[in-house]
Amino acid sequence: MNKSLSTFTNGLLRENPTFVLVLGMCPTLATTTSAINGMSMGLATMFVLVCSNIVISLLRNLIPDKVHIPAYIVVIASFVTMVQLLMQAYLPAIYETLGLFIPLIVVNCIVLGRAEAFAAKNGVGLSALDGLGMGLGFTCALTVLGAVRELLGSGACFGVHLYPDNYGMLIFVLAPGAFIALAYLMAVVNKLRK
Amino acid sequence: MVYFLIIISAIFVNNIVFSQFLGICPFLGVSKKIDTALGMGAAVTFVLTIATIITYLLQLLLNRYGLGFLQTIVFILVIAALVQMIEIVLKKISPSLYQALGVFLPLITTNCCILGVAILVADGTWISKVPGAEGGLLQGTVYAFATAVGFALALVLFAGIREQLAMSKVPKAMEGTPIALLTAGLLAMAFMGFSGVV
Repeated sequence: MNKSLSTFTNGLLRENPTFVLVLGMCPTLATTTSAINGMSMGLATMFVLVCSNIVISLLRNLIPDKVHIPAYIVVIASFVTMVQLLMQAYLPAIYETLGLFIPLIVVNCIVLGRAEAFAAKNGVGLSALDGLGMGLGFTCALTVLGAVRELLGSGACFGVHLYPDNYGMLIFVLAPGAFIALAYLMAVVNKLRK
Repeated sequence: MVYFLIIISAIFVNNIVFSQFLGICPFLGVSKKIDTALGMGAAVTFVLTIATIITYLLQLLLNRYGLGFLQTIVFILVIAALVQMIEIVLKKISPSLYQALGVFLPLITTNCCILGVAILVADGTWISKVPGAEGGLLQGTVYAFATAVGFALALVLFAGIREQLAMSKVPKAMEGTPIALLTAGLLAMAFMGFSGVV
């Protein structure tokens, strides 16, 4: 019980993929123009992460060592294609905004990293929990970053306007704001962890 | 003229790192020294151009048989195989070039700018960024090449700044990645000055 709990919280706090491990920076910076966008990207990644962790953990004794990386990539790419088709069918608006970054989940270092570092060595249950924890950690980080950028940039939070748009700093919605907001958030996390 | 616009747009206006957020991992990871930044930039330019040509042709094949949905799986596998092949061929043909680029080649498979640009060119979505562009293999290849040059430019500029940064005093909480991201933010702001040029 204790082990599963620590596996789950590992990704949330101690090894948060965004703030601590600094993995998967491309979607983190690109899709967090608003809290909703950040959250949907995080959830899509989490789905892929959990599913690929489960399948790879099930297949871990069947996949020959020499071709393990290509095999993992095929598993991950299949789930990414599934997410892509599902989102296209049921959430076309979000699919449109996230665009290119949905297929790019394949090359997100977090997914392959967890497959290699955790799912290939542990049982199905623990691997699923690890995927869930890491995915939630990633989703939280993206949502927070999205919320900060949305609040500073357009005066809204989850689409609810808190002050008029004109007072917002547009730079935070644009590209440079992504780097700057993430830099300060990371500094705050660093400070708190000490 | 349109090729000129494509090149300017891909290198400066829609710089892959600062405005499209692709390839951030190597951008942060291998930008501590100008030499390694140059090597990585050259390796990416080389692989990206070849990968774009091959994936573009493959996409035509997939479309012909109505298998467009296999795009992601096929592209990533082809890119992974291609990188391995380039490594082997380079080792045989030009050992000196292999010496210079060798260490960076395996890292490139997981560089999302390769897959990203390959998908942009194969789907033809990049043409909305350049007025007058029509897509197609030749223009797509020029776009991919120019994008990679833009990546190399961003990497070298950033490495130059980080070499200076290593000697300056930084607040404890900002050390490492945060200060690097902040620097990248300021560079991105500078690159925003190019918007509207094309």
